Amino acid sequence: MNEAMQTAVVANPAEGLNEKVVVRDLNFYYGQSHALKNVTLSLYAGKVTAFIGPSGCGKSTLLRVLNRMYDLYPGQRAAGEVMLDGENILDPRLDLNLLRARVGMVFQKPTPFPMSIYDNIAFGVRLYEKLPKSEMDGRVESALRRSALWTEVKDKLHANGLSLSGGQQQRLCIARTVAIRPEVILFDEPCSALDPISTAKIEELIDELSGDYTIAIVTHNMQQAARVSLFTAFMYLGEMVEFDKTDTVFTAPRDRRTQDYVTGRFG
Amino acid sequence: MANLYPGRRRRNVIWTALAYVATAFGLGWLALILGALLWQGVGGLSLDVFTKMTAPPGVVGGLLNSIVGSVIVTVIGMAIGAPLGILAGTYLAEYGRYSKLAVVVRFINDILLSAPSIVVGLFIYELLVVPFGHFSALAGGVALAVIGAPIMVRTTEDMLNLVPNPLREAATALGMPRSLVIRQVSYRAVRAGLITGVLLAVARMTGETAPLIFTALGNSLFEVNPTQPMSSLPLIIYEFARSPYAEQQKLAWTGALLLTFTVLGLSIIARALSTQRAGKQT
Repeated sequence: MNEAMQTAVVANPAEGLNEKVVVRDLNFYYGQSHALKNVTLSLYAGKVTAFIGPSGCGKSTLLRVLNRMYDLYPGQRAAGEVMLDGENILDPRLDLNLLRARVGMVFQKPTPFPMSIYDNIAFGVRLYEKLPKSEMDGRVESALRRSALWTEVKDKLHANGLSLSGGQQQRLCIARTVAIRPEVILFDEPCSALDPISTAKIEELIDELSGDYTIAIVTHNMQQAARVSLFTAFMYLGEMVEFDKTDTVFTAPRDRRTQDYVTGRFG
Repeated sequence: MANLYPGRRRRNVIWTALAYVATAFGLGWLALILGALLWQGVGGLSLDVFTKMTAPPGVVGGLLNSIVGSVIVTVIGMAIGAPLGILAGTYLAEYGRYSKLAVVVRFINDILLSAPSIVVGLFIYELLVVPFGHFSALAGGVALAVIGAPIMVRTTEDMLNLVPNPLREAATALGMPRSLVIRQVSYRAVRAGLITGVLLAVARMTGETAPLIFTALGNSLFEVNPTQPMSSLPLIIYEFARSPYAEQQKLAWTGALLLTFTVLGLSIIARALSTQRAGKQT
């Protein structure tokens, strides 16, 4: 195993960083295939961590363990520890719905529900809270404001969510996730289906959200990782090769493979 | 290259022509059938058809009891068959993707889809007519449900399989329990498709004759009690078409006209709904 892995975690109390999510020796299997091998890293509260690596390295797999999304598919299983505020979320007795209320996810392809913009957002909130209309209106508005979508849709809240452009749909999905007030937000390549302008808007959004939420973002785009994240985890073939401050990973990586990847020798 | 091309062009022309001819042949028969129905049946259309009961020869009659009977028997069939069909289809698409039970259910459903309707009728006859000692619209409705439910299982499953997984995952990621994901996201996403399936099943049920012969039997009087034998359009067409009396034969044509155009109308609505949906997706 790479020594870089053991010393890679940088938890500097002087900087006031709290570990929100701690992954320890996580192994993941798709049937017989061993997709994640002894992965260890931490997500720090209120900070953005990027997962980068070539296709098939396991970064999306890792992200999807964090909200137990793999539970939907038999034959996929995880072993190890993933602690959210000290509680192991891999415990089979854990209430998955409550977990997912605390750990939200935004997907690669925007997936608005087939209903109005208002209902798209209210939908998630209604699962957990019974709010009178005025309060719900307020929640919807604040979620849309948070996602920089309010000014564009405030006059057509009852239009179908599918009538929005790609970038707007993705911001709607972010608004939907933010509305239920999670603690952690996972972004799975949120901009890969979007044009550069929408991408820039979403990166700005992630930056604004990061103060209040712990964010993990999987990205194929190294420059994006460099732009938005404080910490970066480089993965290769299911292993966590290097996990450190983003600046370090990109300017002075410890592992040869990391260096090769960030300099574009392979991708 | 140059010397193969003219041969290919010729063959292309021949096959294209054959395709057109085959289409014209098929459509031609459809046109002939609809034409014959209109020609023979329109003459018999009058207010009497919708206000008078089926009558013995010599008496001016109509088709009211048969029309009402058809409606009642189909409604019973749908009341039983639609929930069964839709829920079973939902199981196959949402819960049973990886289970052995689902494979078996799908297989049996495919067999039922093409089960001879007279066999279904005989089966329900043994089950619901003989023990009670009389024919009934209820038994007819059950027989129709056995015929219609497999259609709805198939269409529901096919439609739900079209719902993209990311949509389900997005709902799950909000913490939504499985049943709510299905009801409020999956069903809503393919609502038009589900309705199409229901309409197709209704169209099929409306036209079935054989199962009703052994279960609802027919009734020359106006009847709405489902525990009694009841008339229906296909049954009366069967009866009157064989009758030697001209007025009854004319009524048979009119009944056939009504039946065919109702089924045609339902199919067109079903098609319009699904194209509308397809249009919205893009």
